[in-house]
Amino acid sequence: MRVPVDWLREYVAVPAGARGADIAADLVRVGLEEEAIHGGGLTGPLVVGRVLTKDPEPQKNGKTISWCTVDVGDANGTGEPQGIVCGADNFEAGDLVVVMLPGGVLPGGFTITARKTYGHVSAGMICSVRELGIGEDHTGILVLSGGPDGRALVPGQDAIPLLGLDRETVEVNVTPDRGYCFSIRGIAREYSHATGAAYTDPALGLEARAPAANGRGYVVDVRDDAPIRGRQGCDRYVARIVRGIDVHAPTPPWMATRLTEAGMRSISLPVDVTNYVMLGLGQPLHAFDVASLTGSIVVRRARPGERMTTLDGTDRALSPTDLLITDGGERPLAIAGVMGGEDCEVTDTTTDVLIEAAHFDPVTVARSARRHRLPSEASRRFERGVDPAIAAAAAQLAVELLVEHGGGAPDEGVTDVGTPVLPSPFTMDAGLPGRLVGVPYAASDVARVLTEIGCVVAAEGDRLTVTPPSWRPDLRQGPDLAEEVARIEGYAGIPSLLPTPPGGRGLTRAQRVRRLLGDVLAAQGLEEIWSAPFTGDDRHLALGLDPADVARRTVRLANPLSEEAPYFRISVVSTMVDALRRNVSRGAKDVGLFEVGLVVARTGTLVGAPTEEVGVRPSDETLAEIRAAVPPQPTHLGVLLAGDRDRAGWWGAGRKADVADLLEIVRGLGESLALDLAVTSDGPLPWHPGRCARVGTADGALIGWAGELHPKVVAALGLPERTLAAELDVDALVRASEDTVVAHTLVTSPRAQSDVALVVDASVPAERVRAALVEGGGELVESVDLFDLYEGGQVGVGKKSLAYRLVVRARNRTLTTEEVNAIRDRAVAAAARAVGAVQR
Amino acid sequence: MSEPTIIPDPAEPDPLAPTSVDAAVRAALAAAAEATTLEDLKAARLAHQGDRSRLALANRSIGNLPATAKAEAGKRVGAARALVAAAYAARQAELEQERDARILVDEAVDVTLPSGRRPLGRRHPVMLMSDRIADLFVGMGWEIAEGPEVEAEWFNFDALNFDVDHPARQMQDTFYVDPPGGGLVLRTHTSPVQARTLLDRGVPVYVACIGRVYRTDELDATHMPAFHQVEGLAVDSGITMAHLKGTLDRLATELFGDGITTRLRPSYFPFTEPSAEMDLRCFVCRGEDPQCRACKGIGWIEWGGCGMVNRNVLTACGVDADRYTGFAFGMGIDRALMFRTGVSDMRDMIEGDVRFDDQFGMEI
Repeated sequence: MRVPVDWLREYVAVPAGARGADIAADLVRVGLEEEAIHGGGLTGPLVVGRVLTKDPEPQKNGKTISWCTVDVGDANGTGEPQGIVCGADNFEAGDLVVVMLPGGVLPGGFTITARKTYGHVSAGMICSVRELGIGEDHTGILVLSGGPDGRALVPGQDAIPLLGLDRETVEVNVTPDRGYCFSIRGIAREYSHATGAAYTDPALGLEARAPAANGRGYVVDVRDDAPIRGRQGCDRYVARIVRGIDVHAPTPPWMATRLTEAGMRSISLPVDVTNYVMLGLGQPLHAFDVASLTGSIVVRRARPGERMTTLDGTDRALSPTDLLITDGGERPLAIAGVMGGEDCEVTDTTTDVLIEAAHFDPVTVARSARRHRLPSEASRRFERGVDPAIAAAAAQLAVELLVEHGGGAPDEGVTDVGTPVLPSPFTMDAGLPGRLVGVPYAASDVARVLTEIGCVVAAEGDRLTVTPPSWRPDLRQGPDLAEEVARIEGYAGIPSLLPTPPGGRGLTRAQRVRRLLGDVLAAQGLEEIWSAPFTGDDRHLALGLDPADVARRTVRLANPLSEEAPYFRISVVSTMVDALRRNVSRGAKDVGLFEVGLVVARTGTLVGAPTEEVGVRPSDETLAEIRAAVPPQPTHLGVLLAGDRDRAGWWGAGRKADVADLLEIVRGLGESLALDLAVTSDGPLPWHPGRCARVGTADGALIGWAGELHPKVVAALGLPERTLAAELDVDALVRASEDTVVAHTLVTSPRAQSDVALVVDASVPAERVRAALVEGGGELVESVDLFDLYEGGQVGVGKKSLAYRLVVRARNRTLTTEEVNAIRDRAVAAAARAVGAVQR
Repeated sequence: MSEPTIIPDPAEPDPLAPTSVDAAVRAALAAAAEATTLEDLKAARLAHQGDRSRLALANRSIGNLPATAKAEAGKRVGAARALVAAAYAARQAELEQERDARILVDEAVDVTLPSGRRPLGRRHPVMLMSDRIADLFVGMGWEIAEGPEVEAEWFNFDALNFDVDHPARQMQDTFYVDPPGGGLVLRTHTSPVQARTLLDRGVPVYVACIGRVYRTDELDATHMPAFHQVEGLAVDSGITMAHLKGTLDRLATELFGDGITTRLRPSYFPFTEPSAEMDLRCFVCRGEDPQCRACKGIGWIEWGGCGMVNRNVLTACGVDADRYTGFAFGMGIDRALMFRTGVSDMRDMIEGDVRFDDQFGMEI
């Protein structure tokens, strides 16, 4: 809402010296949001000057500047002509121009000083419209013809009021609960609340002058056979007629200026008057051409299948919840409170105008505006609540303005039908505002503030019975009034206290684990990122996944930002790859990334989640239904590795990251949680079938996969070759690591060791060999570590040799060589049975 | 064992003569002093302390003396040999020390060579900010609650007193899950966790929810379709707006330092009444530049909304609104990071360029 300051002054006594910024600060205190201050961004001296001499001086750079002397009267303190260099050429000696003298500041904070340029001291600036911030025209210097009222201009005269540069407009945002602030009337009232400045409701005088409704007005019939939530679509309709107006009569300049400042274009007198009244009083008006009406005005809901063409030329299918203004009940003239139609609009040939000032149901207007995607100045106001008591005053102001500036005469007949719904009285404990806000407001202060904002307050002990004013439909219960008391008395007066919670239990285990994983991964050289979790079919195809299958496992957005990526991800890696590509395209080679985030893991079909009326606790069954409709969303960890794991440098060559590096990272995560992760060979897409591990807990529960991405996936996604990826279920890791570790007493007796080299088929996973050795060796085996892996000549084609060191230790004694050898032999025998291992 | 009988050669001076012994000592000491390496010293030792040295010869000659002279000569030669031995030991120690020092010098490496075989990674600064905020609340005795990002409309809107016709429920702000009308959205704020918490834990309750939320904004320098919020909810008997202000002041001080100036100004949210917006003094101009780009000349920067929990919210979540009052707030974490560290383009936070993380440490 843009508030021209001089308009505001008409309704409330703004102190003479108050600037736009001061007014904005006052309005912010009572709950309006400052958006901007327009105009007034210039400080003088800015004066009228008469060009005495103008000498063109061609320059080496091809430009021609003019060296001018300008009579600025006594404004420069000397009365001598002012020497000014000017680059524009659209004026002559003798012209009146606008001169900014040194010390003045142009909009944008540009301070004018006397400075040496092109071989002269230029003491000021001859200004263009654009430099003054009053227009976009930069073709040249503003040349003045005469004063606004025909009076001659005098050199040295202050040009700021002359050009209206002292006019300011304060732009504020209005919160949705304060519909009445979409008017100068409402803003003036708030300014008065903020400052105590005297406020005169402009409606009062207009209401006093407005003739009472009588039976001679235009016939209006308001019907509603399908109210939304029990509220009549239209609960008041005022109609006034002005006949014999000249629609070509010019809009008075003051009105046009105010409209422009308020952000609207001046179009024609009838349109400007309706907009002016709307901005001033907050009541949207509609004007109909009386001559083209064929019957009475009927307000009704649209019929199924009904259509109309709105003013923007669009033929629209209407919905039975649209409220229509119709001619005689048939021809639609307007969607109530949203937009007029092509029929019966005021045109060039109109002479008699019917002014509609109606009150429409906020929900009805909001739904129509949304359905037809037609947000308008009118719908914005109706949606947020228009004062139902202002209609007659608004119509009166429109009539008066049309008569005064359009030369018409008002009909005697006045229509005012319907029974507006006004805010209902309710009771409140006078202590409630204090209890909510934490400031001990006296009951008398509470009553005073509520009266000040327009409520009727009846006190009975500490019980206040409050009837909110007609323009405050948002005041419905005690806390609403508490906010009024707090904001009028000032939020600045609220003390700052810390509450005293009973004491919490710290972070949850899952929260601690997520932090730990992040810290461990960062310490391993990986960089944490986060990505928007949206993917699409193309991405799923590139990952080698069946798009239809993915769609069944997640949710699709109805209104995605991009149709390319309408799904919520089912894996973190699927959205991380963009970041890897971005890093590579920006020059990084060796990149390790990780991300912890939610994925969707839907298993069943999507069932609808019920919604409910606000302020009601749903039944346990409904709540259970709502919760069950939300798909499971586990926390996943994604890791991507590309390039070197150990980088090249002055110390020598780098070493490419490989699957072992990735698994070292993954196992490290398990170790950080005292968890032995079991790794088996398994490579579903998008992974390389032979270079991927299924990661699970010791008892086999799935944690995730880690390995090289499939070469086709790498190619399809444009990733660095041999990119490695892991996707782990963090929630599963948390669950698997919940048990408290039980410490073993450390054994200090001497250890013994025995090395064995075993030949197995090349396809046998090393882990199976190790597991057999551990099992066969028995409980005295402390560790079994692979220290050599050999494939080639001596072991034969299709075979490999694995060399293990068995460390054995007894609890209380030193093992004999015979005992150690026996353990080794049992271990080897077990490996032979399990995987056909042959000792070398 | 018999020793050869040494017959003194008359042409030779008597090795046991005091002058001879002194000369031998002088020569031995001079040789030790002249030795500059351990090898030199070894050669000198052989020459002056070895079996064939003059002092060894003198020592052996003692046996030929008459008994009466043996004691005196033995004393003289013994003293001389002790002197020489001590000198050689000292010189030996000296040379060894020099050698050790020289080795340490020779072994020196250039410590200014770059390292970087495997540089440290980083947590993302938005996550570090989140952790830091969580720690602050945990320290005050609050707990950290969580909720899903694909959320039921009831939790995201109805429970929070957003009427079905509220503008925020429209498509231009909210990501709806297909099919429309199915009652699922991507949560637009962390506030649905308020409702979940009240239903699950009852009152009194003090929880902060830190998490990712979604709005239908195209990514640009000042907008992200996904961003992070910290939600606070305190419901107890006797909770007032003063407690809200105190809590937010503490949060602001913790994140932005003691010098931060805050203000609460009246605002509107469906789930709070009274409602307020918390503003921070502009970090760039401190409210002194009408042309400031950061605050558009207003002098204040909006941080987030807050207020006293609306009675309708308490009721919808089964809390006795006559007995309990509460406050709630929702602040932007990404914005807090921008204010705190001067990040000027939001895309840097979401694009995953590692150079962004690398500017920060692991503690923020």
